Amino acid sequence: MLLEVRDLHVEFHTRDGVAKAVNGVNYSVAEGETLAVLGESGSGKSVTAQAVMGILDMPPGKISSGEILFKDQDLLKLKGEERRKIRGQEMAMIFQDALSSLNPVLSVGEQIGELFTVHRGMSRKDAKAKAVELMDRVRIPAAKERVGQYPHQFSGGMRQRIMIAMALALEPSLIIADEPTTALDVTVQAQVMDLLAELQRELNMGLILITHDLGVVADVADKIAVMYAGRIVETSPVHEIYKAPAHPYTKGLLQSIPRLDQKGQELYAIKGLPPNLLRIPPGCAFNPRCPMAQDVCRTDVPPLAQVSETRQSACHFWKETLDAR
Amino acid sequence: MPEPQPYDPAIAGTGAGGAMDLAISEGSSLDGGPGGLPKDPSEKARSLWSDALRDLRRNPVFIISGLIILFLLIISLWPSLITSGNPLKADLSKAQQGSSPGHPFGYDPQGRDVYTRVVYGTRTSVTVGVCATLGVAIVGSFLGALAGFFGGWWDSILSRISDIFFGIPVVLGGLVFLSVVTGSTVWPVIGFMILLGWPQIARIARGSVITVKQNDFVQAARALGASNSRMMLRHVAPNAVAPVIVVATIALGTYISLEATLSYLGVGLKEPAVSWGIDISAASNYMRNAPHMVLYPAGALALTVLAFIMLGDAVRDALDPKLR
Repeated sequence: MLLEVRDLHVEFHTRDGVAKAVNGVNYSVAEGETLAVLGESGSGKSVTAQAVMGILDMPPGKISSGEILFKDQDLLKLKGEERRKIRGQEMAMIFQDALSSLNPVLSVGEQIGELFTVHRGMSRKDAKAKAVELMDRVRIPAAKERVGQYPHQFSGGMRQRIMIAMALALEPSLIIADEPTTALDVTVQAQVMDLLAELQRELNMGLILITHDLGVVADVADKIAVMYAGRIVETSPVHEIYKAPAHPYTKGLLQSIPRLDQKGQELYAIKGLPPNLLRIPPGCAFNPRCPMAQDVCRTDVPPLAQVSETRQSACHFWKETLDAR
Repeated sequence: MPEPQPYDPAIAGTGAGGAMDLAISEGSSLDGGPGGLPKDPSEKARSLWSDALRDLRRNPVFIISGLIILFLLIISLWPSLITSGNPLKADLSKAQQGSSPGHPFGYDPQGRDVYTRVVYGTRTSVTVGVCATLGVAIVGSFLGALAGFFGGWWDSILSRISDIFFGIPVVLGGLVFLSVVTGSTVWPVIGFMILLGWPQIARIARGSVITVKQNDFVQAARALGASNSRMMLRHVAPNAVAPVIVVATIALGTYISLEATLSYLGVGLKEPAVSWGIDISAASNYMRNAPHMVLYPAGALALTVLAFIMLGDAVRDALDPKLR
């Protein structure tokens, strides 16, 4: 296994109390595999990713327990400097908003090339040549002419390509993409996702795709982990989950996608709001919003039950959910 | 009546084609403008700095103040370019005399040529202004940036120390600190200004660094394995330096007038140093009978301070378009 996150707990110590952002997350990614992590804002999907990358702001954040095994090495036991060497070389991250994720005062060539000067000790001239090569690889037209331009001179899609080029520069074995297409036009979204998927196949990298867009997931992911209130509520190979969700929350998410055959009908929405992480409800965190909630849901935290060989669901009534479709 | 033509997608495509291509080839996506392919491939890449420079070159305030400052710099480096006199040569028989051929500004109470002294005084003022500003900017932005970047206890301690320095009145501090210094060089004055001036820049730099630090690109740089020093120098500092430059430029004028103030009070520079403050002080007793002895050095002082403050304004406009 390339990456294994085991029972990860992350808290944020705030003035109002302890916000439990991640509460016992387990997931794993193999080489060449794509894991989609799905969830609303505040479900802990990005915080988990930041913990894996080691870019969590500590304080206020704190990893209270758990293990992050990368190539059988616990990253949480590494020293800061050792950890830093892994970032960029072994694992890299693509951020949501490429405009704010690129330094406005450096040309894109300098920013891509920086990876080679920092990690590979290349001269600036060689690094620039490498930058052009990478820009070609992510299909930025006229790379040679544009290498000296600044981020604001590129369109959204092109900027995201530059982010991808930076992430792939040193051919890491794991890429974390945090909502890589959220800030893009729909037409551009597909192109960027295709490019990312293609490069991933080519380099046989593990990819963690963080998103709240179920449409993006279906095309590229191998398996899905659905997160709610800092916990994984369902994991499944991608196609099975669309056919038959085993958790009421997943079901709600799938129902709230607009569909052509529902024209004229009201769009389903999961009622209520995501829980306040300072006061996660007892029992199943989803129980106040769940149409199937029973008394047991308000008292007992449902364990992640094995639905099939490849699927798990953290619901007391996963059988009923599966049948009720 | 033209013959009705069969539908030809190739022709029909050309009408809407432009728009369609725009949507599909995302090199020129919806936001258009500079985001797409450059219309002219030779279009030069523009950074914040080259933008600012272009702005400045078109700003008359910058041009005027820039020319004045250039002139001041030149005569402070080579005062003999425009005067052949000696600022220390005294001829008491001519004391307080008005202007005469060869001595356009007249003579001071000691019978020294006011014009020559005004010219030589430029060197003192410019030296003090430039050195004090450089010192304040270096010390202040270094400490402020560290406080902003690392935060925590280092930030708290530094902020409290700068509060203490803010509490010291400049003139009173100058009277106390500089009255124990003897000698007539500019360095104790510059040192005093740096000592009291750095918190101003440190605060600006700290705030600026904190703002920049929260940007995604700093996080992104960290995610790609940049070290603290690299993040600081390559990613944070270049984006945080603009407010420091603006405040420092405006402060330069203030330091020049502060030097004159301290010299006027007798604790800044002392004779035989040549300084506008000293001359104004010495001549102020004769204000009624021989006002020229005060007016020329005071005018030079006012012009210099004004030029630097105008420059600071122009730089601020260029670097911070939001303020316009």
